[in-house]
Amino acid sequence: MTQIQFTAPTSVKAAVRCLAEGGKNPKVLAGGTDLLVQLRAGRVKPSTIVDIKKIPELKQIKAEKGGFRIGAAVAGAELSAHPGVKKAWPGLVEGFDLIGSTQIQGRASLGGNLCNGSPAADSVPALIAAGATCKIAGPKGTREANVETIVIGPGKTSLKKGEFIVSFFLPKRPRRSGDAYLRLIPRTEMDIAVVGAGVSLSIDSKGVCTDARVSLGAVAPTPLLVKAGAKALIGTKVDDAALAALAAAASAACKPIDDKRGTIVYRTKVAGVLARRAALIALDRAKGK
Amino acid sequence: MGKEETQFDKTKPSVNSNGYRVVGTRPIRPDGIEKVTGRANFGADCNLPGMLTGCIVRSPHAHAKILSIDTSKAMKLAGVKAVVTAADFPELSPKHRGAGESPVSFRDMSRNIMARDKALYDGHAVAAVAATTPAIAQAAAALIEVKYKVLPHVLDAREAMKPKAPVLHDDIFTKGVDPKPSKASNVAQRYEFSLGDIDAGFASADVTVEHDFTSQCVHQGYIEPHACVASTTEDGMATVWASSQGQFMVRNYCATVCGMDISKIRVLPAEIGGGFGGKTVVYLEPIAILLSKKSGKPIKIVMNREDVFRATGPTSGGHAWVRIGAKKDGTMVAGELVMEYEAGAFPGSPVHLGCMTGFAPYTIANSKSVGFDVVVNRPKAAAYRAPGAPIAAFAVESAIDILAKKLEMDPIALREKNAAREGTQAAYGPKFQKIGFIETLEAAKNHPHYSIPLGPNQGRGVASGFWFNIGGESSAAVHVNEDGTVDVVTANPDIGGSRASMGIMAAEVLGIDVSRVKPIVADTASSAYSMLTGGSRVTFAVGQAVCLACDQVVAQLCERAAKIWDIEVSDVEWLAGSAVNRKSGKAGSLSLAEIANVAGKTGGPISGQSSSDVQGAGPGFGTHICDVEVDPETGRTTVIRYTAIQDVGTAIHPSYVEGQLQGGAAQGVGWALNEEYIYDDLGRLQNGGFLDYRVPVASDLPMIDTVLVEVPNPNHRFGVRGVGEVPIVPPLAAVANAVSAAAGTRMADLPISPPKLLAAMDAK
Repeated sequence: MTQIQFTAPTSVKAAVRCLAEGGKNPKVLAGGTDLLVQLRAGRVKPSTIVDIKKIPELKQIKAEKGGFRIGAAVAGAELSAHPGVKKAWPGLVEGFDLIGSTQIQGRASLGGNLCNGSPAADSVPALIAAGATCKIAGPKGTREANVETIVIGPGKTSLKKGEFIVSFFLPKRPRRSGDAYLRLIPRTEMDIAVVGAGVSLSIDSKGVCTDARVSLGAVAPTPLLVKAGAKALIGTKVDDAALAALAAAASAACKPIDDKRGTIVYRTKVAGVLARRAALIALDRAKGK
Repeated sequence: MGKEETQFDKTKPSVNSNGYRVVGTRPIRPDGIEKVTGRANFGADCNLPGMLTGCIVRSPHAHAKILSIDTSKAMKLAGVKAVVTAADFPELSPKHRGAGESPVSFRDMSRNIMARDKALYDGHAVAAVAATTPAIAQAAAALIEVKYKVLPHVLDAREAMKPKAPVLHDDIFTKGVDPKPSKASNVAQRYEFSLGDIDAGFASADVTVEHDFTSQCVHQGYIEPHACVASTTEDGMATVWASSQGQFMVRNYCATVCGMDISKIRVLPAEIGGGFGGKTVVYLEPIAILLSKKSGKPIKIVMNREDVFRATGPTSGGHAWVRIGAKKDGTMVAGELVMEYEAGAFPGSPVHLGCMTGFAPYTIANSKSVGFDVVVNRPKAAAYRAPGAPIAAFAVESAIDILAKKLEMDPIALREKNAAREGTQAAYGPKFQKIGFIETLEAAKNHPHYSIPLGPNQGRGVASGFWFNIGGESSAAVHVNEDGTVDVVTANPDIGGSRASMGIMAAEVLGIDVSRVKPIVADTASSAYSMLTGGSRVTFAVGQAVCLACDQVVAQLCERAAKIWDIEVSDVEWLAGSAVNRKSGKAGSLSLAEIANVAGKTGGPISGQSSSDVQGAGPGFGTHICDVEVDPETGRTTVIRYTAIQDVGTAIHPSYVEGQLQGGAAQGVGWALNEEYIYDDLGRLQNGGFLDYRVPVASDLPMIDTVLVEVPNPNHRFGVRGVGEVPIVPPLAAVANAVSAAAGTRMADLPISPPKLLAAMDAK
């Protein structure tokens, strides 16, 4: 019978060592809401499981440079209960909160949601729209990377052997900024996005959009940063014409597949619809509504 | 509601507005505390010393010839104790059939439990292994080498009926057609139910509507996966612990499939975590018995969710073409229904029941319903609440909605005009006795829901439905204990509140408090035979047995009282739980407990037992109203209001009855909106889990309002009608009619998933 080693180091350094010494296929465990399911289904056969929840840095939310640093193993329920993050990034918090049930929210983490590599991960488009970066630890020390560079295909990440995500950094928010994340699921909860859309934007005192980032989930092999979508908004008052241009850009960016959760045609159309709706919510939030 | 207090005869016990003392009240369920505290034992909770774990090897192909099965590597793995394949099962002939209305073929059952020669669907069991741990059993299963020759497969009924379709069985020659076909096909049987002359009927119609409808096969979605433990002894006895809808069903099926005497098998019923008809068959129990025989150890087998979806009974998907002709005033003069149901890998879809129920709610002088039972490479269909009826009702009730629009009539008024009533000749055979269909329509029309104004993108749908309900062989024993408490022993798993309803009916007949009655679900060695829990029969038929057994107890109690008082038993009356001395000048009474206390001195134990074939089930009708809102940009549907109205005869425990209505409606909403099996090009199931097989979660549904219309069944002591199946018949059409109204286009292909609805709205 195969044996699995389990270890729960208490420092980043120790975790790096555990992963380096963890045999052929070491796996990082945070909340376990993906890993344990995959284990039970026999889809992953790890040699070692390294539980990173015992590392203090991975469970902390801290103010940093006017923004926030969020530990990679912070659970959804913990993030939702943090008033500062929720005020600055309601769209991100809502996106994360959509994952699973109340019970899952007690365990599921931002780091796990990203590193699972699913194109449909609900927290990722909002992280990308937020312009979040992540701190990665590995055998060669630590490095920072943009979130949109992490997932490179379904179940695949750009993390190198022995690397894991320590924390996320959400930058300082300009005044009059807002974000939103919407997803389409046939149910109301406990489901996986058929399409997800995250929008973050800032406006000036006249209501003109000065900055925007648009991201889509579940419409391509990876979550997408849709630069053309942002371009459609910047410099406009986010009026109907701009929103139509955003929707068109979002639909144009889609490279979806037909699968059990949706069709190419459906995903392409709904991506535009959700991007537009998310932009409107983000705009309201930027206006303080 | 109730009569004035002063109207009561003071010598009579006080009763509720329904005329009963306990019937119609809502006591706490007898099994509630055990279940909410996690102490109740379900199928997987049985553990025995030395027990092994069984693991099933399943076909990865939708249709394949099994060339060879090599178990040698698995047997060499340390910890592996036994392997079985079809070669270990007795080969049954087509003559091995069960008795009853729709006789089961034990040959097919055996081949469904363990594939012989051919695997007929993705997930079909081909071998099983028992080992000392689940991990070893799984590893051993992976070491069993099965060589297949993959054959072309077919999943859809109409595709399977085409001349060039792959043929699943070379011995199926369509029954019910004359002359008998000379070529084997996938059409197992053709059914026809006719009344009057449909050609003349349609010729006399002012308006005719016709439409084609499609629905997908759906799973019952019970939360508890199939699970059992079997233990055999050297003298050939077997004990089985199983979660099922009938311990006697499990015993009978295991005996036949394993080639054993019935008396050598004892089945102990576990609590059941949902069945909805899907646990009226066996999958694991015979395998566990054979593995136990081979290994000499107890065997536990528990399915995982994927096994449940791949290998256990969904109900059929199918096609239905319907045509209805009516006069200008709305009188329906002709109806025609042609349906093809997917039976799964073996014959036996409920298409005949669809044919019998489709037009049953209506008085239509001329009707013809034709059904085809078609085998396809899917798991064999099993019963699911009112099997066959929802698909037929989806077609007929949608067509009536189309007809109402064409006639510019209110859809409830149109149904009222044509509603079946006492004396109506049903096309499937009988004339209806006292039924309450009209009453459900009246209640629907008068319900506040029906007049709430609708907003933008919202629509309202109405649909009705019918189910026969059955009676059948039923047993009950009632034992009076020394302290005057009473055990009520029946042998039907408590799947929908039968403990509570048996207890209430016993308390009513005996005249005692329901808290003094202990309902018990007995194993096969501790009760006389009872048919399985299904067909909405238990509260009606087993309840009747309980009443009859209680009558015997009352008679004995009166005899004992007469003995104590030394009077004639004819001078003793049983009133409100006590024997009353009616002999002039000798007033007095003895309570049940007082008589029970001295039973040992007056003749011994007091008990009653009833076994009979209970007939006279009252058919049930329901009418549902559904409001939805559709998102025109995404095709998502939200059910915003839902009201389920049903003639329930007499509600013994109204909370359970309301729960049945709500549960049926919830399952119907899932069926209508999102549930479907998704297969890849090779016929392999892609969504074998609750994540992508979307039954509604609580937040997907509004609070489902219920109205219990009570038109008592004249053939039951308390007027009981079965209630558990009717409520899944109307929802498919109620939802589809509502969505069609909201979207402005007819949705005739279930499920009405967001991509499908968006495409339909965009194509408008």
